Amino acid sequence: MKLPVFPRYLIRSCRWIIFLGVFFSGFNQAVSAECLTRGTGDMGLVIERATGSLQVLDTTAKASLFRVEGLGDLSHASAVFSRDERYAYIFGRDGGLSKIDLLCGTLVKRVVQAGNSIGGAISQDGKLIAVSNYTPGGVKIFDAATLDLVADLPALDDKDNASKVVGLVDAPGQKFVYTLYDAGQIRIVDMTDTAAPVVQIYKNIGRQPYDALISSDGRYYIAGLFGEDGLALLDLWEPDKGVRRILDQYGRGKEKLPVYKMPHLEGWAMTGRHAFLPAVGQHEVLVVSNDSWKEAGRIAVHGQPVFVEAQPDGRQVWVNFAHPRNDTVQVIDTQTMKIVKTLQPGKGVLHMEFSPRGESVWVSVRDADEVHVYDTASFERIAQLPAEKPSGIFFTARAHRTGL
Amino acid sequence: MRKTSKWLFALIIMIQLTPVSAALDTARQAELLYLLKHDCGSCHGMTRKGGLGPPLLPENLRDRPPMFMENTVLDGRPGTPMPPWRGLLTEQEVRWLVEAIRRGEGL
Repeated sequence: MKLPVFPRYLIRSCRWIIFLGVFFSGFNQAVSAECLTRGTGDMGLVIERATGSLQVLDTTAKASLFRVEGLGDLSHASAVFSRDERYAYIFGRDGGLSKIDLLCGTLVKRVVQAGNSIGGAISQDGKLIAVSNYTPGGVKIFDAATLDLVADLPALDDKDNASKVVGLVDAPGQKFVYTLYDAGQIRIVDMTDTAAPVVQIYKNIGRQPYDALISSDGRYYIAGLFGEDGLALLDLWEPDKGVRRILDQYGRGKEKLPVYKMPHLEGWAMTGRHAFLPAVGQHEVLVVSNDSWKEAGRIAVHGQPVFVEAQPDGRQVWVNFAHPRNDTVQVIDTQTMKIVKTLQPGKGVLHMEFSPRGESVWVSVRDADEVHVYDTASFERIAQLPAEKPSGIFFTARAHRTGL
Repeated sequence: MRKTSKWLFALIIMIQLTPVSAALDTARQAELLYLLKHDCGSCHGMTRKGGLGPPLLPENLRDRPPMFMENTVLDGRPGTPMPPWRGLLTEQEVRWLVEAIRRGEGL
């Protein structure tokens, strides 16, 4: 049987097409494999917790740019950004630390650095990534460029029992501050000399500190306590004065309600003279004066607060709630301390993130598989994006903020 | 007659051996598994490998009596963050959930 004969000119042009294809694909790869050429200052990401993936977002166009997969167990995931805002570092529940290129929508590198981890931070100079771990406990510090291990800091109590580490943040002076859940300690590590980290330990800060935050000026570090009413405050400008208790006994014998989701002390809901904090086991937001650190009020809210987040301008505080009241978001006016709006985005509101100057807030609605965008002045929903079981939302503006 | 009663006896035994799930409709079972994954998962991990709470994989639970687990879910563990689910879940639902956890359902 004779094979069909193609006309010669056709074969010739085919050759050209193949040649050009190969040439340009090679060219593309060398320069950027479908990478964007744009600034990243209005970009961010949303974690898709059930599928081990994330979406890279454009907060101006209010659109998704990429989906990145293969990030492991993101049951509890958070992100920090490189100071050039090109890369995101994702801390996964399974101990995975993943570096994402936001312009290319690619996973650059992934290391599984522990059995079980909870969060992380990036150093003041942007060169180190610290990860806090549940199993085996402790903090590991990596080179931000290569993800090579730089330091391994165990978190043992006086009896050499390993402790889960929570509330890890960066602090000025190339430091990281973190809290030992089981041991009830706060520690500061100075990474100025990466070969010889210096660790300072504060003991007996309270029972079961579950999370912590640092003020945006890097001065105050506050750990929330689960095992007792109150919070532990460390003034990093005066570290020798030690840790003191604030809002002691805020429950005042009131029966604590069952806590179906731990509050998160992320960011710093600090507005003028007040800081706003979630009460554990109460349907209340606590208000504390940030000079005397005395209670300045409490605001009855829809449920047990999980995130209490101030808009970047400090004018309003947004609150979401624990199961089974997690379908609602409330907005508090920080001048009158009254609730000015109650929104019901849907079941499973897990996180909220403000655009850099706060004209909009992005809300993940887990059970609806949606991210909603609200105008913070009119409270109107102005956009929504599909996302698979969305949880944490993180925008690149965090790159330039201490503690985020 | 004898034969019938034998069959009836066997049927009764079978019903008793059938997991309690028989009485929970599949929609509720799906809701419970969703709750297990997403809400229990906040502390125990969505893959049940643990977090603030201990892991809930079948191999971690072999030595735990089911009754102990049911009580833990219903009444919580004082001194730990484990809350009581009584009021949100019925005893029957908790029994089914504990069984599902023990056989690693949905993993």
